[in-house]
Amino acid sequence: MTPADLLGGAILVALVCYAVFAGADFGGGIWDLLASGRRKREQRALVEHAIGPIWEANHVWLILVIVVLFTGFPTAFAAVSTTLFVPLTLLLIGIVLRGAAFTFRAYSGRDPVQSRWGLVFSGSSVVAPLLLGAIVGAIASGRLRVSADGMPLSPPGAWLGAFPAAVGIFACALFAFLAAVYLTVEAQGELQEDFRRRALLAGVAVFLAAMAAAVVSWREAPLVFAGLTARGWSLPLHLGTAAAGGASFAGLLTRRYRLARLAAAAQAGLIVLGWGASQYPYLVVPDVTISSASAPRQTQVLLLAALGVGALTLLPSLWLLFRVFKGRRPAGPAPG
Amino acid sequence: MTDLAAARWLFGTSLAFHIVFAAVGVAMPLLMVMAEWRWRRTGSAVHLELARRWARGTAILFAVGAVSGTVISFELGLLWPRFMALAGPIIGMPFSLEGFAFFAEAIFLGIYLYGWERVSPRLHLASGALVAASGALSAFFVTLANAWMNHPAGFDPAGGPETVRPLVAMFPPGWSHQVIHVLISCYAATGLAVAGIHAWFLRREPGHPFHRAAFGIALAVGGAAALLQPLSGDLSARQIAVHQPVKLAALEGHFETMRRAPLRIGGWPDAEARVTRWALEIPAGLSLLAFHDPDAEVRGLDAFPRDRWPDPLRVHLAFQVMVGLGSAMAALSLAALLLWWRTRALPIHRLFLGAAVAAGPSGFLALEAGWLVTEWGRQPFAVWGVMRTSEAVTPLAHLSVPFWTFAALYVFLAAMVAVLLWRQILHAPPPGPDGGPP
Ligand code: HDD
Ligand code: HEM
Ligand code: HEM
Repeated sequence: MTPADLLGGAILVALVCYAVFAGADFGGGIWDLLASGRRKREQRALVEHAIGPIWEANHVWLILVIVVLFTGFPTAFAAVSTTLFVPLTLLLIGIVLRGAAFTFRAYSGRDPVQSRWGLVFSGSSVVAPLLLGAIVGAIASGRLRVSADGMPLSPPGAWLGAFPAAVGIFACALFAFLAAVYLTVEAQGELQEDFRRRALLAGVAVFLAAMAAAVVSWREAPLVFAGLTARGWSLPLHLGTAAAGGASFAGLLTRRYRLARLAAAAQAGLIVLGWGASQYPYLVVPDVTISSASAPRQTQVLLLAALGVGALTLLPSLWLLFRVFKGRRPAGPAPG
Repeated sequence: MTDLAAARWLFGTSLAFHIVFAAVGVAMPLLMVMAEWRWRRTGSAVHLELARRWARGTAILFAVGAVSGTVISFELGLLWPRFMALAGPIIGMPFSLEGFAFFAEAIFLGIYLYGWERVSPRLHLASGALVAASGALSAFFVTLANAWMNHPAGFDPAGGPETVRPLVAMFPPGWSHQVIHVLISCYAATGLAVAGIHAWFLRREPGHPFHRAAFGIALAVGGAAALLQPLSGDLSARQIAVHQPVKLAALEGHFETMRRAPLRIGGWPDAEARVTRWALEIPAGLSLLAFHDPDAEVRGLDAFPRDRWPDPLRVHLAFQVMVGLGSAMAALSLAALLLWWRTRALPIHRLFLGAAVAAGPSGFLALEAGWLVTEWGRQPFAVWGVMRTSEAVTPLAHLSVPFWTFAALYVFLAAMVAVLLWRQILHAPPPGPDGGPP
């Protein structure tokens, strides 16, 4: 384990947290868009209650990924920023519109205005994970080529392809699944049944999208495919993911929602871990590796120390946040 | 528009947009906590109402600050990948620590906004205080990064990666002046802007308890900061005189190296003719201010090769705007202090309220102007003396497309925020029978 490996691991952990926490916030937006039936309003209100106090904190995981990447692996940051200029810019527009619309909706008060902002919020909640998934897919697939200092050799459209698209759809399905499962814990009565049904449907969608992505990866992302199938740890990882997936389904079917929530989070986390592990030691396949992109060792060591100290302040605060809002009595009054 | 120009415009616009929300994010939590504290101490219902309303305003502004800050973090790579490849390992430390400050800010703001009925009074107030502290901390860290760009330290540009010393780079010469100046500016700009808004309402209804409470707190914070600002600015200028003499020369429109250099107020620097026209000149003023010695020699732009000059016209004008507004703000604050001293009451004389309304926008204008001074004054370098902006820019083309897109997005968001805030303020409670909200 070099400092570089540890830092790579830290980035992966931050990505896992981003998927498990912020992923569900995106998923909430997807269910806002897909709200239907007699309890449309209640569904939307629940999503808003659930996300309100925590989305900004969850969002910071992404910032952490970015800063650790550019500090610890500057060439990888340059490579990602230049080759993925277009999807990253679109993602930014999505993130801006989504965050602004969510807040504007909460504070705008009047109905027609609220529903317009609601549409911006939910629309961008679909677009952003699609792009996020596509970005991950492009990084893993080996279609982005860069020079030794991270400058692009492939054309600006190189990120487009079947595998990135498949991963984008998979990310949407996964985030929607996470959100629906989490919301079953926070809802009551019929609303709970609504989200239980949605969670089960989304779970099936996750499975199908995963299969589709795996099939495409065989042709378009050989390294991921090899990583997912042929390495020593790939079997235990698959088994773990499958077990978590099974447990979350079982929890939903038997209405043991807290169990389902835990299992679904574990499943999403393992999926991200699996992606990271499968492309180790590449940061951007195939030209940028952990060692080729590394910052000077002293920077990496200090950065690790900073992350450690930061974690000491972060973890208790996060624990407090989630205990206050996601503990025993999750749903609460609107901000006042 | 060349791609380099588009990249600069895009980045500059994004920062100019973000800084407004960032400054509010630093100072507004303080105001809000002060109001809540007053309520908890005295039971004054107006102060509770005020804390809640300020918290709502903060929530709206914070969300826009968070997303616009995210844009900048990505744009660092999207627009300046070569700069980041060089600077990332050197100044990544403050950025990474800033990440944890963001976490603290977002977490405790969540608790503050949604936790009124859920957490104990003490935890609630403490959360607000933590938001205020971590806001200041994030400004602290990001300004360290900027101080390094102005005065790179902690590595040898000619040497290899093994010369990188992140902890040295984190505190480059002059960091303390810049950090202090930036922090004070956040409180001055936000405090006086909020005071200006409530002064506007007080002019119509001088007795309104809600606006009086708001005006008092905002004026105290903003006024105190505005009084300190010129002092801190003087420290900054003296530190530039030593470490970035070419920037000082541009700032002052000072072309010719000389002893007893005059201080130029106003004026129009002409880089071709190498003179500053139509300025009010105070003999030996610059030597005195920069080195505290009327006979000190101040290097002019002529002491530096032409291709290292920033554009003296822009830099000088922006500097004049900042200093002019800063002096006016300090004068207003001094007047407030004297009025308060004489009457021991909130200064709500009509004339004073009028001046406070007029001064409302000036803090933010000065803030923007000041950043333009720093950023334009560092040109043509992105990292002073080490990397030119033209070497830092991305090799990609068509950058004017994202520029216009984001410019439109920012205009739209700014308009929306203005409408929302306006509604929050307009619906201020009418005075109730006991002076509190009905
Ligand atoms: C409320 C805003 C505000 C006000 C009233 C002032 N400033 Fe300022 N100034 C800033 C807000 C600001 C800033 C936006 O925060 C800057 C930009 C970068 C920085 O470090 O602070 C800045 C930069 C800045 C610099 C350049 C620092 C650098 O490039 O490193 C100097 C020399 C001064 N200021 C001096 C002054 C003086 C002499 C003032 C007298 C009234 C003054 N400022 C008022
Ligand atoms: C001097 C200029 C800057 C100051 C004083 C400043 C300060 C702040 C403050 C106080 C906040 C939180 C408050 C709010 O969201 O309204 C914030 C948010 C943010 N800033 Fe800045 N910032 C500056 C420039 C930058 C730069 C250059 C970057 C890019 C690296 C950046 C990235 C961010 C990000 C990512 C957030 C969002 C954090 C969150 O999600 O809570 N800022 N900034
Ligand atoms: C928030 C207030 C700020 C404003 C309004 C601002 C404005 C600008 C402008 C106008 C430019 C383009 C300069 C030109 O081409 O003439 C620029 C460049 C740049 N700024 Fe800032 N800036 C701010 C703060 C910061 C901070 C805090 C950082 C870093 C931590 C930063 C980093 C950069 C970088 C990397 C460039 C590109 C390289 C260069 O042009 O020198 N800026 N900024």
